[in-house]
Amino acid sequence: MTHLTIMPHLTILPVLVPLIGGALLMLPPLVGHPQRQRLTGIACSLILLAVSINLIQATSNGQMLLYAVGDWQPPFGILLVADRLSTMMILLTSLLGLGSLLYACAGTDEQGALFHPLFQFQLMGINGAFLTGDIFNLFVFFEVLLIASYALLMHGGGKPRTRAGLHYVVLNLAASAVFLTSLGILYGTLGTLNMADLAVKVQQLPESEAPLVAVGAMLMLFVFGLKAAILPLHFWLPQAYSAASAPVAALFAIMTKVGIYAILRVYTLIFGDDAGTLSHLIAPWLWPTALLTLSFAAIGLFTSPNLRRMVAWLVLMSVGSILAVVSFHRPEATGAALYYLLHTTLVTGGLFLLMDMISQQRYKASDRIVGARPVAQPALLGGLFFLGSIAVIGMPPLSGFVGKALLLKSAHHVNEMIWYWPALLGSSLLAIIALSRAGSSIFWRVSGAPSEKRTHPLEVMATLVLLASSPLMTIFGGTISEFTHATAVQLYDTHHYIEAVLSVEAAP
Amino acid sequence: MEAVFSACVGLLTACGIYLLLRGRTFPVVVGLTLLSYAVNLFLFSSGGLTLDGGTVLGATDIYADPLPQALVLTAIVIGFAMTAFAVILAMRARADLGNDHVDGRVPSKQQASSTSTESRSGEKR
Repeated sequence: MTHLTIMPHLTILPVLVPLIGGALLMLPPLVGHPQRQRLTGIACSLILLAVSINLIQATSNGQMLLYAVGDWQPPFGILLVADRLSTMMILLTSLLGLGSLLYACAGTDEQGALFHPLFQFQLMGINGAFLTGDIFNLFVFFEVLLIASYALLMHGGGKPRTRAGLHYVVLNLAASAVFLTSLGILYGTLGTLNMADLAVKVQQLPESEAPLVAVGAMLMLFVFGLKAAILPLHFWLPQAYSAASAPVAALFAIMTKVGIYAILRVYTLIFGDDAGTLSHLIAPWLWPTALLTLSFAAIGLFTSPNLRRMVAWLVLMSVGSILAVVSFHRPEATGAALYYLLHTTLVTGGLFLLMDMISQQRYKASDRIVGARPVAQPALLGGLFFLGSIAVIGMPPLSGFVGKALLLKSAHHVNEMIWYWPALLGSSLLAIIALSRAGSSIFWRVSGAPSEKRTHPLEVMATLVLLASSPLMTIFGGTISEFTHATAVQLYDTHHYIEAVLSVEAAP
Repeated sequence: MEAVFSACVGLLTACGIYLLLRGRTFPVVVGLTLLSYAVNLFLFSSGGLTLDGGTVLGATDIYADPLPQALVLTAIVIGFAMTAFAVILAMRARADLGNDHVDGRVPSKQQASSTSTESRSGEKR
């Protein structure tokens, strides 16, 4: 609590900075001036990065920062809770946001109106979803990030984006209705919406009410599953991600992770070990669907006709690998999954940017995997492609290898290994074949004069910012994996969370 | 009252889901609207249905639960904005893709009867 007195409003800053930044970006001194907008946008992202580093330092000793909005005390008011997991996800978001924004500033932002404000609002929604300790507030922040993402997905216009956008919007609107229904069920049976209070009320639930709460919990899994794109609910993802403009697709790499975060939070805290008949409700569903997602994504990757769609399937593959391990419901396994989550988000984000640079230099051939004119900067793009592929496939020495080794190690029991190891290793093999085929078609099967369109240095820098995370995550692998392990341990220590939240006193 | 209320919610949900599964954007948008009505009503009832409940402290002995009302207000505002967005998006899709099918192209079974008129009107834009 000592920290609260020093910087009492630090916890809400990840929401406030993009909110104020986004609002400023729509005001007359800035609107209509691309250079000023870019500078303000980047400044906001840098401030957000500084705030999230501050937050992660403040919570790294295991302390939780609580912020009662409007000084309404829990369980009645809305509470923001910053623990290790939240701050880690916020730092990840601000890094990815900075990389994507730098890339957009090279020219993508001028393809449509209001890119910069929407980008900030998107960051606000994502950060809010990570911070909130109230389940209805989670719905509200989901909607904030969705509204921004609807508009960002359509940024730049064009037929494929309209078609993908329509599916994405309708599916998410239907999911919002389901989310509200499940919230209604939970409030009707448990009488509260604060997550910590929900966890307490679930433990005291009479036996007769349990099936109704289970229905609510499963409906919520449907919503989070749609966000995370697990198998039967994944159909929107490859289309939407491959249609979106590059910086938007890179930022969307975090969106599936919002779903994973929500699954982790809700089903360890509320429906965790102490929930009686309702504990481990989702494991029998999550385990097979995650494995199917992983295998199906590998097949999708193998059959993709173009590079962007390949990266979209890679995002889906990472979702499958992470959620399968999450379903083990052990702190060590979740720690490994979180390390892999950090790695995969930044690398797939960087790959989206890289694929766009390649497709710009290939004119009509765009990002289709066919032989065409050589790119103007084969050494640079080829090198980055090689680096990104090694990282995402999981070959030594980059962080994908460390991440996948940790994932494999986290499967302890024979019936976990017997399914998970072949799925993960097989999908990695398919990824090697698919990516090497794509790379050799694009960089070696060339004819004619090289193209002259060179890439903007800012775009190269942005891609490097994201892809450089992979070697860094290997070098600092020990520190980071210890941190993710501590994060997972804190996540499963629900008693501490509940005690901290429900005993909160005079917050600012 | 509970029976009538839940029957209404159920009917609205059923109609909403049926329309949501249609192939054209207009029924889909109407379906989303009906579904959000049903959800709002459902959410409203999550605090229990209270007859003659007061809203001001001290006015009566029975109070209506104020929280679901606040939640419904939030949900209505969000749902309204989303529906408006979906309508604009559907019109944009009609303009961009030349037809009002959710997949952007009319399935081949209907093509014989409807594509000729639709593609012509789409090209005019």
